[in-house]
Amino acid sequence: MSLIFKEDDFAFANKRKGTNDTYDISKESFAKDVFTRFMKNKGAVISLVCIAIIIFMAIFAPYVNEHTYKSMIIEHASLPPKIPILEKLGICDGIIEGVDVYEKAGADGSYYLFGTDTLGRDLWTRTWVGTRVSLYIAGLAMLIDMIIGMSFGLISGFFGGKVDLVMQRFIEILSGIPNMIIVTLLVLVLKPGILSITVALLIKGWIGMSRVVRAQVLKLKEQEFILASETLGTSSANIILNEILPNILGQVIIMSMFSIPDAIFTESFLAFIGLGLQAPMASLGVLINDGFKSFLVFPYMVAIPTTVLAILMLSFNIMADGLRDAFDPKMKEM
Amino acid sequence: MGKYIIKRLIISIFTILAILLLLFLLLELLPGTPFNDEKLTEEQKAVVMEKYGLDKPVLVRFANYIHLMLKGDFGVSYTMQKNMPISKMLKPRIQVSISIGLQAVLLGTIIGLVLGIIASLKHNTWLDSVASIISVCGVSIPSYVFALALAYLLGYKLKLFPILFNPSNAAKSSVMPTIALSMFTVATVSRFLRSEMLEVFGSDYILLAKSKGISDSRLIVRHGLRNAMIPVITVLGPLVVSLMTGSLVVEKIFAIPGLGSLFVTAIQVNDYNVVIAAAFIYSVMFIAVMLVVDILYGIIDPRIRLAKEEK
Repeated sequence: MSLIFKEDDFAFANKRKGTNDTYDISKESFAKDVFTRFMKNKGAVISLVCIAIIIFMAIFAPYVNEHTYKSMIIEHASLPPKIPILEKLGICDGIIEGVDVYEKAGADGSYYLFGTDTLGRDLWTRTWVGTRVSLYIAGLAMLIDMIIGMSFGLISGFFGGKVDLVMQRFIEILSGIPNMIIVTLLVLVLKPGILSITVALLIKGWIGMSRVVRAQVLKLKEQEFILASETLGTSSANIILNEILPNILGQVIIMSMFSIPDAIFTESFLAFIGLGLQAPMASLGVLINDGFKSFLVFPYMVAIPTTVLAILMLSFNIMADGLRDAFDPKMKEM
Repeated sequence: MGKYIIKRLIISIFTILAILLLLFLLLELLPGTPFNDEKLTEEQKAVVMEKYGLDKPVLVRFANYIHLMLKGDFGVSYTMQKNMPISKMLKPRIQVSISIGLQAVLLGTIIGLVLGIIASLKHNTWLDSVASIISVCGVSIPSYVFALALAYLLGYKLKLFPILFNPSNAAKSSVMPTIALSMFTVATVSRFLRSEMLEVFGSDYILLAKSKGISDSRLIVRHGLRNAMIPVITVLGPLVVSLMTGSLVVEKIFAIPGLGSLFVTAIQVNDYNVVIAAAFIYSVMFIAVMLVVDILYGIIDPRIRLAKEEK
């Protein structure tokens, strides 16, 4: 028995009226796509706002009162926070166990929003000045990642062979040395201060980035468009800059965001073991260390800088997560 | 496999040599000497320098130093406990540090596993969100923040545990430091396990196991967890790093007589030999763990090994 088909026995499945056979390809640019995806991520947007607020405060907050980060009024030492509106509610009113310590210290009428430290310095000003240091470190970490880490990875991955071999053995040995050891010993040799922290970050901060970039380059190198460029006689520098770089930029941005919290932590860690900025300079780590010395009696001295530090690191982490999801939705579950 | 292990071993040895050189050179450049006492005359200083061999050329001292290090002789302390052999100072401290570190890893792994399993089983529910929040906080908030919070709340306000470490009551004293140190472990393990479990549960063999009608607990433990656990080994590296840095600050906060607090004190009083010895021990522990992790991972997942050999 044979089957006989007529032409109209077959029809396209799922064919709707009014659509062409061509697919509807969204014409949104990649950057706009990333932006929309990022904005949909509530946590990431909140983090971005937090970072923006902290940056704003770090720039302007130290100027709202007459105190500088090192001016001290010794009579006003160890005053708890006193905040104009909240004081009516019975919290942050400068009263400890029924005693108005502000009146006792002769500081009637003045408000220390975050209190003062044991030397009578205004913690509001010191906290925000200290935040500047952390933000400087954050920017620095990004820059180091972008410049050193990226070029190292690009060169190592692109040229391969002996160059790659030497560069990779170098990295393997360098990464075998614990970061903590390098940083502490270095800060010990160069006097503690912002310069030595900078150098400490320069030594190892870029290794993770260079590895990611190298892996990406190795993957890209095999693709046809690179081969095409090579065949056309494009110079290596040109291929790296114009063909490879745009393709790994997303990864680079994500990686550099992830290295920021690490760098901020390194600074605060150094300060906490006594190798941070020297008095009277302030950084969040220095404030935490100072506050720690009397934290059972005056917990606010350590609580406030710690909170700012924690919010800053948390925000950078969540934002980096959000960016990664926005750049590459497939990686979301990782 | 043999070739891979040998290669990793050689790199590790070179790393240790590089560390020794680095430690030595950096400490050569350190400002000040252990004999900053102004009462010492030049001759007295020279006598002391000679006694400790500090007047010989750098290279000779370095060669001597490697020789001594390999014998496990770290020299004597200059300032902290005068003329006390460092190996004697280190021994009880390493034990304290390692036992607290191990407790933290153990506690952290158990809690992390439980959290990770709950989060993956209750995917996209409020339980999952809570677990995610805990893990993000654990990764981004430094361990000393937890340590300070614990010391204030549990130690000072509620008086549950001693704030300062008490060697006669070591078990109770080590509760808070252990919790503070374990936060990072909890966070990384739960985060990693969650994503691995989700991936495993989406695979065909789980579907097959399910369709054979095995019980849920068997499915989770035998088929899910066992496969999801393999990649978790990679978090061991970052974990050790965080434990090491964590131990420095946490030991300072709780005044634990461990390796970390010794290192910090030695840095502050310029005790060369103690700094070198502590840094060296930290580095060796770090390198050893990294080596073991790499080799284990090479055994478990041959793709890693092959990829590395190709390069």
